[in-house]
Amino acid sequence: MLRYLSTRVSQLILVLFAVSILVFIFTSVMGNPVYLMVRENATEAEIQAAIEYLGLDKPLPVQYGIFIKNALKGDFGKSYIYHQPALGLIMERFPATLELVFIAMLLSALIGIPLGVLSGAYPNKISSKAIMTLSIAGISLPSFWIGMVMIFFFSLTLGILPVSGRGDIGTILGLQTSLATTNGLRHLVLPSLTLALANIATIIRLTRAGMQENIRQDYVKFARAKGVSSRKVLFGHALKNTLIPVVTIFGLQLGSLIAFTTITETIFAWPGMGKLLIDAINSADRPIVAAYVLFVAVMFVFINFIVDILYTFIDPRIDLK
Amino acid sequence: MKKKLLQVNNLRTYFHTFKGTVKAVDNISFDIDEGEILGVVGESGGGKSITGFSIIKLIDEPGKIETGEIIFDGQDLMKKSESQMNEIRGKDISMVFQDPMTSLNPVYTIGEQMEEVLILHEKLTKDQRKKRCIELLKAVGISNPESRLKSYPHQFSGGMRQRVVIAIALAANPKLIIADEPTTALDVTIQAQILRLMTNLVKEQGCSLMLITHDLAVVSEIADRINVMYCGKIVETGSSKSIVEKFKHPYTKGLISSIPDLDKDKDRLETIPGIVPNMFNLPKGCNFSPRCKYCKDICKEKEPELVKVDEKHYVACHFPLREGEK
Amino acid sequence: MSIQVETSNKSQEKVNKWKSFLESEFFHNYKKSPTAIIGSIIVIVVLLIAILGPFFTVQNPYDMSNIDLNNAYKPPAWDEGGEAKFFLGTDQQGRDIFSAIVYGSRVSLIIGIAGTFLASAIGIVLGLIAGYFGGKIDAIIMRIADIQLSFPTMLIAIFLMSFIGRGITNILIALSLVGWVRYARTVRGETLSVKKKEFIEATKVIGLPNFKIIFKHVLPNVFTSIIVLSTIQVGSFILTEATLSFLGLGVPVTRPSLGMLCNNGFNVLYSGLWWVSIFPGLYIMIIVFGINLLGDFLRDELNPKLK
Repeated sequence: MLRYLSTRVSQLILVLFAVSILVFIFTSVMGNPVYLMVRENATEAEIQAAIEYLGLDKPLPVQYGIFIKNALKGDFGKSYIYHQPALGLIMERFPATLELVFIAMLLSALIGIPLGVLSGAYPNKISSKAIMTLSIAGISLPSFWIGMVMIFFFSLTLGILPVSGRGDIGTILGLQTSLATTNGLRHLVLPSLTLALANIATIIRLTRAGMQENIRQDYVKFARAKGVSSRKVLFGHALKNTLIPVVTIFGLQLGSLIAFTTITETIFAWPGMGKLLIDAINSADRPIVAAYVLFVAVMFVFINFIVDILYTFIDPRIDLK
Repeated sequence: MKKKLLQVNNLRTYFHTFKGTVKAVDNISFDIDEGEILGVVGESGGGKSITGFSIIKLIDEPGKIETGEIIFDGQDLMKKSESQMNEIRGKDISMVFQDPMTSLNPVYTIGEQMEEVLILHEKLTKDQRKKRCIELLKAVGISNPESRLKSYPHQFSGGMRQRVVIAIALAANPKLIIADEPTTALDVTIQAQILRLMTNLVKEQGCSLMLITHDLAVVSEIADRINVMYCGKIVETGSSKSIVEKFKHPYTKGLISSIPDLDKDKDRLETIPGIVPNMFNLPKGCNFSPRCKYCKDICKEKEPELVKVDEKHYVACHFPLREGEK
Repeated sequence: MSIQVETSNKSQEKVNKWKSFLESEFFHNYKKSPTAIIGSIIVIVVLLIAILGPFFTVQNPYDMSNIDLNNAYKPPAWDEGGEAKFFLGTDQQGRDIFSAIVYGSRVSLIIGIAGTFLASAIGIVLGLIAGYFGGKIDAIIMRIADIQLSFPTMLIAIFLMSFIGRGITNILIALSLVGWVRYARTVRGETLSVKKKEFIEATKVIGLPNFKIIFKHVLPNVFTSIIVLSTIQVGSFILTEATLSFLGLGVPVTRPSLGMLCNNGFNVLYSGLWWVSIFPGLYIMIIVFGINLLGDFLRDELNPKLK
């Protein structure tokens, strides 16, 4: 267990090191942040001052050192637009994004897993074929487009759901969330559905593939030879073997959901960190971009780590050594 | 005279694939008496396993049991529904599979998988079930059965897993066990142990055993009777003694002479020339004719039928070998 | 004379190959799969529209002299105030939506296909190197692949584009950088298994140089997997490009792809001009759906293990 943890942690550090170098290269070396700091018709002296302020006159390794030192303190500089610490801005908007991701994940699990299991267990039924064709349509949908269609249909045409924004926030168990108010919930419906749709399709397909692989295994036939009914074989024996890798899938999908919040939040003007990122990119607000990249990198590494640990708990074949 | 436990009449199991129909089991009839051990031998692809699975009607697409009667304990299994079959599988007829590494579910404990049969087929309390599981594991020679119940299959070796599989097969006191190459996937050193264990337990419980194997040497030692199968047909059947000593079919002869004999000082083993024919495109007449050194014109034209050559000894050959013809 | 005989032999060979293909299990299953047939019809029609479409459109949407502001805000033909000439309506500048879609689909398809070519080329080479030589170089390549795989493709693409800026070349760079990993892993895996087979050992004994062994013996064995991966990859790249362009991180305004058209149309969605954004997006979905239907069939038939 200890050895496992130490190799994991060293991998983690390696990943973060690689990401930090890339971020450093992109933010500091490519492009010139000086011109983002000074007036358009700045004098030589002003530019010189900005260069010194940013530390751009120092050699690259020193610059990187400063970057890392500050990053470890959570200091990525102030946003050019908001004039506030970049990481603080991200943390402020993180809960709104998390809420969206959480609901989308819940929807994916509740809809995706049962449909995937059914279509994998009974591949020849018409309903299974319909599920599969729909799931192909699901992964072919541009998520921004489905968002627009839903806005047009539910908000602009039918007028039953709000167009955009986050709505009222209440408190459940000390957490600030839209789930606590009706208005908040109404605002949540379209963005979370938009975010969930492609994900549901992916979960269906992966669960189905796992199910189909498992029902071909010998132990399924052996269970049937024991007199276990085919229903119980499918939902007892094959399902448990299928669900174990689904945990990994969820870890991966969590990352992809976070990535797609950038699109969903942009369409629905959802005040989360995804919209913040896209706004920051469009206004060349580099401290926010840098902070976002490292923030999500840490998050993904952490998610992968949790998934790995979870996996070892639910799969009896893996011993942590 | 002993009572017949199983009687299979004109069984045909075909596989309908894109390339054509494979007659995996083609019009075979045989029976098993109560308490009898029947060996089914032949090369792989000869339809032995399919015969076994057909008896408990576990044939998956694209396979299909076309015709035939499977009369078990007075009832025709062909007329049973799937749910009625589920009451028979594991209870009256149980199976032991070839590869113990894959026949146990990796995510359930040994105990859970043994208990499953008991829950399905026996009315026992939880404590009784546990007691029975421990008894069974002891019977198949697993030490510390109590602690082993909580183990997962991957913590067992292949031989131990096969013991567990045998224990599961015996759990509900079946009348017939179908063992499909039960030792083929095991280490050579363990094969004899497992086989002896199985025959002893079968004899003790008085149940019948259908032992499917490609190894005639093994089966001739423990089986009462032997069916020799080739390309989906039974080509010779008789008591083990008469099959080994008075074999009539050239194929049986081939199988026997390919057994290494330690007593005799043979320089090299005889093999059957050629390979099992393409099942999509079987030869006209006798299936064995292309590989048979006694083949005559009629063999390529007319399919031989099973004819009686001795007490309970039948052979499907136009020119059965005379005794002693080696 | 002898040359003629040879060519007729060759064409005979071709006929035979074609015949055996028509009688193969693959083709048999294809005929029986409605989804595969629908998928191929969509793909063929989409390609035909992209190639021949400009001959039939009412205007070249990039040519400002073609565009008349008087035609702006026209709804689709079946709506009140619609014109048959502008079947799918016009945008706020009087640009015909159907023409814009035809021209936009060319940009989207070119990026999807070219991106797949580049990504597969990089991935195949790296995968072959990693699988064939093993050791340190393998460890480094696969380490990078692992790290990259733990981040979502879309996010990596967004970051890359935000740093290198929009433009068709830049999109192709970004797509190749995010797409190579799947090829590399698949090719590496299959290279490893092919390498174990005896005939590779045999070629080594003959003394063939490494690169010849790789290209002559390993590549043909991974070919079907590459076909399957690439089909699916084209679809996913078209989606990625559309999303990037929608976010303003993709193609330049001067060469709008389908995603870019949606971006333009999104601004006027709230004023009720739904057709400006909905139709281009619908066409993206149809294209990718067709490709995925075909890709799904190919995967099931050729290599079900690929994910």
